Amino acid sequence: MDLDPDDVFRDDDDDPDNEVYQERESTKELVVYLVDASPKMFSSTCLAEDQKDETHFHIAVSCISQSLKTQIINRSYDEVAICFFNTREKKNLQDLNGVFVFNVAEREYLDRPTARLIKEFDCIEERFMEEIGSQYGIVSGTRENSLYNALWVAQALLRKGSVKTADKRILLFTNEDDPFQNIKGATKIDMTRTTLQRAKDAQDLGISIELLPLSRPDEEFNVSLFFADLIGLEGDDLAQLLHSAGEKLEDMKDQLRKRMFKKRIVRRITFSIANGLSIELNTYALIRPTIPGAITWLDSVSNRPLKAERSFICSDTGALLQEPPKRYQSYKNENITFSVEELLEIKRVSTGHLRLLGFKPLSCLKDYHNLRPATFVFPSDEEVIGSTCIFIALHRSMLRLKRFALAFYGSSSHPRLVALIAQDEIVSHGGQIEPPGMHMINLPYCEDIRHVEELYSDSSGATPKATDDQIKKATALMKRIDLKDFSVCQFSNPALQRHYAVLQALALEELDMPEMKDETLPDEEGMARPGVVGALEEFKCSVYGDNYDEDSELVGNGKASETSKKRKAIAENAVKESASYDWSELADNGKLKDLTVVELKYYLTAHNLPVAGKKEALISRILTHMGK
Amino acid sequence: MARNKETLLLLLDVGPSMHDVLPEVEKVCSLLVEKKLIYHKFDEVGLILFGTEDTKNELTREVGGYEHVVVLRDTKVVDGDLVETLQHLPRGTFNGDFLDAIIVGMDILIKRFGKTDKKRKRLCLITNAICPIKDPFQGTKEDQIITIGEQMVQHGMGMESIVVRGRISENANKRVMDENDILLNIFSKTTCAKLVYVESPISLFGALRTRNISPVTIFRGDLEISSKMKIKVWVYKKTSEEKFPTLKKYSDKAPATDKFATHEVKVDYEYKNVEGPSRVVPPEERIKGYRYGPQVVPIAPSEWDAVKFKPEKSVKLLGFTDSSNIMRHYYMKDANVFIADPGNTRAVLAVSALARAMKEKNKVALVRCVWRNGQGNVVVGVLTPNVSEKDNIPDSFYFNVLPFAEDVREFQFPSFNNLPASWQPNEQQQEAADNLVKMLDLAPPGKEEALQPEFIPNPLLERFYRLLELKSKQPDAAVPPLDETLKKITEPDPELLSQNKSVIDAFRRIFELKEKPKLKKSNRRFLRENPSGSNKEEGYGDISAQVLDSIGNTSAVKVEKIGDLTPVQDFDTMMSRRDGPEWVGKAIKDMKHKIFDLVEDSHEGDNYPKAMECLVALRKGCILEQEPKHFNDFLHHLCNFCREKDLDSFCEFLASKELTLISKTEAIDSEVSDDEARSFLVKLEPKTENLSG
Repeated sequence: MDLDPDDVFRDDDDDPDNEVYQERESTKELVVYLVDASPKMFSSTCLAEDQKDETHFHIAVSCISQSLKTQIINRSYDEVAICFFNTREKKNLQDLNGVFVFNVAEREYLDRPTARLIKEFDCIEERFMEEIGSQYGIVSGTRENSLYNALWVAQALLRKGSVKTADKRILLFTNEDDPFQNIKGATKIDMTRTTLQRAKDAQDLGISIELLPLSRPDEEFNVSLFFADLIGLEGDDLAQLLHSAGEKLEDMKDQLRKRMFKKRIVRRITFSIANGLSIELNTYALIRPTIPGAITWLDSVSNRPLKAERSFICSDTGALLQEPPKRYQSYKNENITFSVEELLEIKRVSTGHLRLLGFKPLSCLKDYHNLRPATFVFPSDEEVIGSTCIFIALHRSMLRLKRFALAFYGSSSHPRLVALIAQDEIVSHGGQIEPPGMHMINLPYCEDIRHVEELYSDSSGATPKATDDQIKKATALMKRIDLKDFSVCQFSNPALQRHYAVLQALALEELDMPEMKDETLPDEEGMARPGVVGALEEFKCSVYGDNYDEDSELVGNGKASETSKKRKAIAENAVKESASYDWSELADNGKLKDLTVVELKYYLTAHNLPVAGKKEALISRILTHMGK
Repeated sequence: MARNKETLLLLLDVGPSMHDVLPEVEKVCSLLVEKKLIYHKFDEVGLILFGTEDTKNELTREVGGYEHVVVLRDTKVVDGDLVETLQHLPRGTFNGDFLDAIIVGMDILIKRFGKTDKKRKRLCLITNAICPIKDPFQGTKEDQIITIGEQMVQHGMGMESIVVRGRISENANKRVMDENDILLNIFSKTTCAKLVYVESPISLFGALRTRNISPVTIFRGDLEISSKMKIKVWVYKKTSEEKFPTLKKYSDKAPATDKFATHEVKVDYEYKNVEGPSRVVPPEERIKGYRYGPQVVPIAPSEWDAVKFKPEKSVKLLGFTDSSNIMRHYYMKDANVFIADPGNTRAVLAVSALARAMKEKNKVALVRCVWRNGQGNVVVGVLTPNVSEKDNIPDSFYFNVLPFAEDVREFQFPSFNNLPASWQPNEQQQEAADNLVKMLDLAPPGKEEALQPEFIPNPLLERFYRLLELKSKQPDAAVPPLDETLKKITEPDPELLSQNKSVIDAFRRIFELKEKPKLKKSNRRFLRENPSGSNKEEGYGDISAQVLDSIGNTSAVKVEKIGDLTPVQDFDTMMSRRDGPEWVGKAIKDMKHKIFDLVEDSHEGDNYPKAMECLVALRKGCILEQEPKHFNDFLHHLCNFCREKDLDSFCEFLASKELTLISKTEAIDSEVSDDEARSFLVKLEPKTENLSG
């Protein structure tokens, strides 16, 4: 168990959605990378982005390497195996020729990726010829069939795990569109047939085979020669394959280091609409802050994980307790005790489902009516038939009438009012950007809303408001700095990306710390364009006037300056007072403890040190500051 | 604590017209005191009632007048008695004069503190303000109010007025009500007074701040429009969840006689090595590690500090965008508010100009924020304009945090248009839904918006503090049921439902809902055998049958039986199944039965082509699986069968299609030569003649 003491002091039932943070996913992916290592993979090249020639083998290997680095962060519970075929050496459980399963110590063939695997795989190209070797596996005259063997090995590797809980895939990298071209006659037919049957057998066992063909610029990979049958494609899908395969390669390389979550129902809830009419909904967590993974405490000497043990000790008797069953709150100088059951009972204010209260225009939902991330709801007909129909009807009405539904969500830990906002489906470039359904917004209670603006209401009457001219200048400025195609999630979190990069560098013992680009910084270049600068100057001039001095503006009026003045006076006084003590002598003779806290604070304030803490803390701070 | 000590005077109208809402007033005021007893133990609270039968206040003794105002409790530190008193307010018999009560309250505060004491002083008035106030001895009522207002400002008093209106005031004198409203409005304009109108009992519950939290800025500094222009702003929290109190763990180990027992529980953490659990590892020997795949990478704090992301404290503008680009459900957390530095008039103007321009053009601003130095991450958020409607409140921005790319999970959901037709609402259903959405209106024009978050108290907290108070008197008190008034938060308003009964009934009638028993495995096979929807009488099974079928067509469902619709495909799939050796045998056996059935059930040869297809498939399958005997025997058997049943036409049909036995060249195990195979059906014909002749 990874116990972080800070965590334990949090509310026992802090977040109902906490389960989505769970490390282990219910299903995982098992992938076998099947890489053609025939001499053709080394001799064929294509242009890389930087105009340099790269061998197909290099492309495949670097793609896998990138993908592994992402995967170890995204979905570290998924398992992978890397398997070359058309090799000189052989290494596989079946002892088949021409197939080499790449692996490192402390790891099974098909297992979770480790830092060591990534590190050694990174330099596979240098050692490949020597240790594994490349050689055509399908030669006329022999009945040797390396592709068949490779599929067999991959299928055998993927025997692990049940189809129900695991998604099994073979990713095949090759640039040979006709593997049996050197074979003639009946043998060719036979080899083709057995290989296809082998692939089909694998697919029947729930393994999907994906082809990542590598074409040369002068010669397209002809899928229809052989591989269309192997992966079971027909007609239009064929044409799409080449195109999508190219994208897939790119995708594998350019993935963001991002923890992936399986689409999972957080909770099945009943939405009661009126007079006993209830429909069935599933809730999903579409947006949740990603945290950089749990901390595990290690022994700094042995680097072995530590186990945290919690014990409860009675302060009065020192006796060791089991988890105490009662809690208390001091009230009117008494300790009022509550049992855990009673506390749960208090929180049970509703039946635990979503209850419709009515509808309101969208304008009633203010921007500050928000507390935590929204939850997505989508209908389900699994147990109540007709749910989807009602949901769609309400969804359409709400969209058309521009209304949201107000409902009470009686979850056991955080019963609260929610706004259900209908979201229409948004599709662009063939992809779904916003799924259709409703978003459940958590509304605050009156206790949660603060009326800060009123704090600065001016009792003498009106506060200054902008004039039309000033507003016009602001509008002009706004037009200049308009982000037209802004999409909410276009920035990656720089802190998180940095965290992952550092982790990778440390784990793989890379020497250089990678520089990460902070995408969230404003576009300085764009801001320096003359048009923007001009609009900015005009706006500045119109609201600030010609000679605006930020410091002078501060002095004189307002509460802020009063407090800052006061602070300044205290500091000045402290400097004066502090001068009348011989601090170093007091410190040397250990006489600091004879001074009062007020006196000690003179020193601290005069030297701009924090003044918080108990007397001992103040003394030690002074000593540290004096370097004693 | 002591610095924020507050003195509060409750001015409660208990006149006859208020009797209906007094239970709520009692509840909300006792809740206020209960919270003070925990969070602000040293606050002082006084209680003044007006509209009472009696009169008891100092002013009446000193100068006369001020009848029917009772100082029920002088200002003193909150205690349990006050809760008791508030829970049983006396019902008054006279119409209350709120101005008298305000003056009595002010008098108490002035006498107690004078002008110099800077402690926080607050008056809280709860009334319905439907009864006329007395005319002053000199000047107009307005003048009097203004004078009082000046006094309040001088003495630094705040006032909060809650005016209960709604159904109880329907019969009230409109003129008096309007006059009172104008008078109260003067207060809110000239002093730091807040005026709230509430209509429903719940709103009354929510209108009174039961716990005061002095706001603290989370950022003071520049909002950088660019490196050239900056606006001084202060950032506060706008919403922040008031959490359910965290209770301490209770130890009952101390003997009951020990009066000084703290009953506290100390929680102790010990870190132990997994291998050698006997030794406790001290803090300095521990190091933090993060997971990287199955392995844990140790990172020393110093090392981490050197490389971690360290943004500088700043709030920078990234740009503006259309408000439609930022969907509401992307707001991640509680909201903040950006206020221009109150002492800086030009900053106030700058914020005001931007806010108004944004509102006019429907734009929002995107900002990148680092609130403090040493903060380990940045926040990207959206500023939305908050244009103030009141003259004395400055314009400001609301701020909401937006997600990063890592925080958004791209799950795909089916498009509603692609769902089966039976799941799509028809026109009448859509109309019924439209009506429901229109009629179940919580914010009807001209009326108070029901259930506004600003006025909805947290029912959990109310229930907790009520139980706390009950338990303080009777330790074994049971958890009380949810307060009747607060039930309206968790359940729809019965009144609203009954008003719209016809709409709801229409909605219920037009939509059909059925519970479905969990699908069993056998169910699925059953459904496959009746794929054409012949199970109409089952009603609800219909949809799932279609759904299952559509799944069956797209993905490879395990076929366990040869069906009527696609026997050839079923056979092929079964033959190629590799999850058991028995499938080939079963497939061949089933196919033979199927062919027999087809031939036998044939009416004037209408099934022959289909039977032929099956035979061809069977033949091919038997060659592939090297089982020629199965096919050859079957064909012999079939021909004999046909002859017996006078179905010669089928044999002729086979001959015309040139179907032959499986020969040695096709399958090595066959005992039939090529010639034999070819002549099989040809030979048959004379045989038939022989038999018949």
